[in-house]
Formats: sequence, C-alpha cells, structure tokens
Amino acid sequence: MEKNTDLFEYVLRMGDDSLILGHRISEWCGHGPILEEDIALTNMSLDLIGQATNLLEYAGELEGKGRDGDALAFLRYDREYKNLLLVEQTNGDFGKTIMRQFFFDAYRKLLFERLIKSTDIQLSAIADKSLKETKYHLKHTSEWVIRLGDGTEESHNRIQESLDALWKYTAELFFANEVDSKLLAAGIIPSMEGLQEDWNEIVSSVLEEATLTIPTNNWKQEGGRIGRHTEHLGLLLAEMQYMQRAYPNMKW
Amino acid sequence: MKEVTISELERRFQEKIDNDIKIEPKDWMPEEYRQTLIRQISQHAHSEIVGMLPEGNWITRAPNLRRKAVLLAKVQDEAGHGLYLYSAVETLGADREATIDDLHTGKAKYSSIFNYPTTSWADMGTIGWLVDGAAIMNQVPICRCSYGPYARAMVRVCKEESFHQRQGFEIISLLAQGTPEQKAMAQDSLNRFWWPSLMMFGPNDAESKHTAQSMKWKIKRSTNDELRQLFIDVTVPQAEMIGLTIPDKDLKFNEETGHYESGPINWDEFWEVVKGNGPCNKERVDARKKAKDEGAWVREAAMAYAEKRKERSAIRA
Ligand SMILES: [Fe+2]
Ligand SMILES: [Fe+2]
Ligand SMILES: [Fe+2]
Repeated sequence: MEKNTDLFEYVLRMGDDSLILGHRISEWCGHGPILEEDIALTNMSLDLIGQATNLLEYAGELEGKGRDGDALAFLRYDREYKNLLLVEQTNGDFGKTIMRQFFFDAYRKLLFERLIKSTDIQLSAIADKSLKETKYHLKHTSEWVIRLGDGTEESHNRIQESLDALWKYTAELFFANEVDSKLLAAGIIPSMEGLQEDWNEIVSSVLEEATLTIPTNNWKQEGGRIGRHTEHLGLLLAEMQYMQRAYPNMKW
Repeated sequence: MKEVTISELERRFQEKIDNDIKIEPKDWMPEEYRQTLIRQISQHAHSEIVGMLPEGNWITRAPNLRRKAVLLAKVQDEAGHGLYLYSAVETLGADREATIDDLHTGKAKYSSIFNYPTTSWADMGTIGWLVDGAAIMNQVPICRCSYGPYARAMVRVCKEESFHQRQGFEIISLLAQGTPEQKAMAQDSLNRFWWPSLMMFGPNDAESKHTAQSMKWKIKRSTNDELRQLFIDVTVPQAEMIGLTIPDKDLKFNEETGHYESGPINWDEFWEVVKGNGPCNKERVDARKKAKDEGAWVREAAMAYAEKRKERSAIRA
C-alpha cells in the first residue's frame, strides 16, 4: 500500500525528530544552570519523548511489520533514522541548546498547526496534542533567546556563536521530496505553503529583539531526512540503544 | 509592652511543641532550634539534588521509551523536592545560594547513599525500591514535625516518594522474574545497595548526637534504630516475594519479637563515606559545582536582562 509507505516515512521523520531531540535535552537532567531551568528542560524532554512514543507507535502500525515504537526507537541502524541534522547536534552550552530548540519549536509549531488539518485522523490528533506543548516550548525558548542575546556581553557573544554554528542546519527544516508531494496529492497532508516564510518571520522578530544577527552565509547542510547524518548521531545511538543491543529480546 | 525573658519565651515555645501546635516562620524560636532545622532541611534539600545524579546517569540509557519517560519524571520530581526544601530553608532566614555553597565546599552533608555508583539498569529499580523506600520511612514522621513549612513540604514530598518506591519495585520485580541475565543484574544490585540503604537511617541511637534534643523539639519523631527496624521488617519479605536474597548471612526472624534481626552494619564504611571517602563523593560534588560554574553566565545574563527591562519601563513610564 503506497499510502502507508509514504505516511510511514512521513510520521517516522517526525517521530525521529522528537526522539533524538528529546534524548539530547534529557542529557541536561541534573546539570541545568538553575534548578528551575533543570525542571523546565526536563519538561521539554518529557513532552518530546511522549510525542516520539505516539508518533513511532503509529509509524509501526502504518508499516505493518510488527515493529512497535520501541523497536523503531531502539533497534534501527543509523542510516534508517530520518531526523533533522539540527536535532542531533550536541547540546553545547545552555545557549546552544536553547537556540537549537528555538529553531525547532518555531518550525514544529507551524507544522503542527497545519497538520491538525490532515485528513488522517490519527496524525491530526497527534498534531493537536503536540501543538499545545510546542507553543509553550516556543514561548519559553523565545524568552531565553532574548534574555541571552540582550543580557550581558558574554551571553550575547555566546549565543551569537551558537546561532552562527546552527544556522546551516535550518534549511533542512523545509525539506520535502516525493513523499511529501504524494501525500499532498492524496489529500492526506495539507499544503505547507508559507511555512518557511512564517518561520522566517518568527525567527527574525525574536532574533531582532535579542539583538542578534542572522548569518549572511547561507550554506545549507542537509542529509538527515534521507538518513545521512553527522558524526554525532552514531554516538547518541550507541548510548541510547545500549540496553536493547546488549540484552536483546528482554522485557524491561 | 512588657519585657519577656528568654526563659519565658523558651517555656512558651516548648509548650506549643508539647501541645502539637506548629511553629511558623514568624514565631519566636530558640536559635539552636533554628540552626538545627537549617542544617537538617538543607541537608535534605542537598540530598534531593545530589540524588538526581546517580539516576540521571541512566536516563540516556533507559531500555525503552516508557522507562525513559518515567525515569525522567522521577528525577524531575527530586528536583522539585529540592526546590520546596530550599524554600523551607529560606523561611528560616538562610540564603539558598549560601546553603548551596556549603554543599560545594563540603561543609554541608547529604545522604551518603548517593555516593555509591549506579552501574546497571537494575540500580534504577533498587534505588526506587530501597532508597526512596527508606526516604519515605524517614520522612513520614517529618510530616508531623513541629516546624510548619517543613512538615507541609514533607506531606507533598512523601506522596511522590511512595510513587517512586512503587515504580522502583516494579522495575526490580520484572528483572527478578526475567531472564537469568536480568535476575543476576537484580541480585547484584541488591547486594550493592542493601547495606548502604540500612545506613541511610544514620548511626545507632547510642551514637547519634542529635537525637534526644531533636525528639524533644519534635523535629525528629522516631529514632534511627526504630526506623531502620521498620524498614528491614517491611523490605525483607518483599525481597523474598520476588526471589531475591538479602546479602546478610546473619539475618533471621525472631518469632518472639516479630522482628527481623540483621547482622552488624559496617559503621567504619559509613563514617568513611560521610568523611568523603565513598566511591563517588568527589564526582557528585564536582558535577554540582560544574553545573553551577557553567551556568554562571546564564544567571548573570538573566539578571542583566531583568535589570535592563526595569530601566526601560522606568524610562517609558
Ligand atoms: Fe525526593
Ligand atoms: Fe527525600
Ligand atoms: Fe524520590
């Protein structure tokens, strides 16, 4: 069934984005710069892991090969993960984590707003539930981008550096290939028209308030959506998959 | 207004305590009572925060999505406990940051159990089952502590701790009934954590220098040995139920008293760990210091930004 193969791929991408970013954010737990922020980061991680669970479970159903969310999360090879390169980038300092999350939240909010209109009931329901969380994340990360950008000279320089380093990964947020066009043609996903423009608007207005400068270098670094990753993903998977690989076929 | 002598204030204070009337932040209290509470509550707060580390160690290696979420939520709860408790310390006039600095310099202590390493996934079960389990036994009596803010914080904390205890027991039961590898992992974990868990109740009553005064002030409501005995009596049958062996060859049930009698605790080990010679003391404190040092620029930025906003709105007004 074509529809299921394409929708599987589409849902898998989103599931992988949530999974890998949720994992990255979870690395902060217990090490945050302020106790309150430790709690806030963990909340975001929990939301993302929750989304990953819903999305990957659904992907498993669509695939119809008996793989559940855990099998997809823990038992694939690196080339089979379809997440954005942005989300697998290392945490760096708190500012880099926030900038990465901000870029992602702005994209995710716009994506979920559109996917609520999907004719696929399950996808629409997941988008609806996830949108509420994502709006909250975006508010939180926007506030921090502004605080750090317009805080001290040190914080300004640090977060500007993170912005510069991460910018090249943002083009991939708008990746689309034949999977997207077939789902659109079949009326399963709505048009994503204007998503990139809306994203640019959100991002530039926050960055302006934060007194930060958008890099003029527009070099694009893509590959995650087709399973070609940076060196960071392999290490992340080695850690994340450790138990499932070392003790196969057991219940935990 | 008539001058009231200190001894009269002390008499009224003790009378309130004897009548189970809570002491509130604005009430008069003896300086020693205040200091004892600051020491005890901040030690408790530090334990919650340092306690995030051994379990945090397994978040990125949790075996499935559900366990990952549950563990994250659990460690986050501990952060929340730390927050309420730091707030309770502040009601006594202590400064949160200064209190945390005492942890970093080694002046303030935290529960020694967190100086033991978590080397397997089974430790996530054992810690919930035994460590949160022991924490509950220590903390339930504190819900009736004479100091209001501490007692109230404990009511909320204890509800969450019992949730943690059940989740931990669920993890360890599953392993104990799982494959031979899982069973071995569970038993090894119990072997490592059993004795340190018994030490969580503190030195024997005869050795405990604070107990008598704290009992009189109703800061402490049961002695270390009473609580330890309660813990043993509850936990040993649980271990038997899931087929694990308590690593104590002298352990026996006394039909007459209805209590389990355990072998001797290695108090030398306990005092060494308290002094800083446990397997992970340095790692734990270093991790907390690192979080604070590396977060300094973030806190400074937040303050600078808040200041700028205040100035800007003052100009606009
Ligand atoms: Fe706790
Ligand atoms: Fe506790
Ligand atoms: Fe707990």
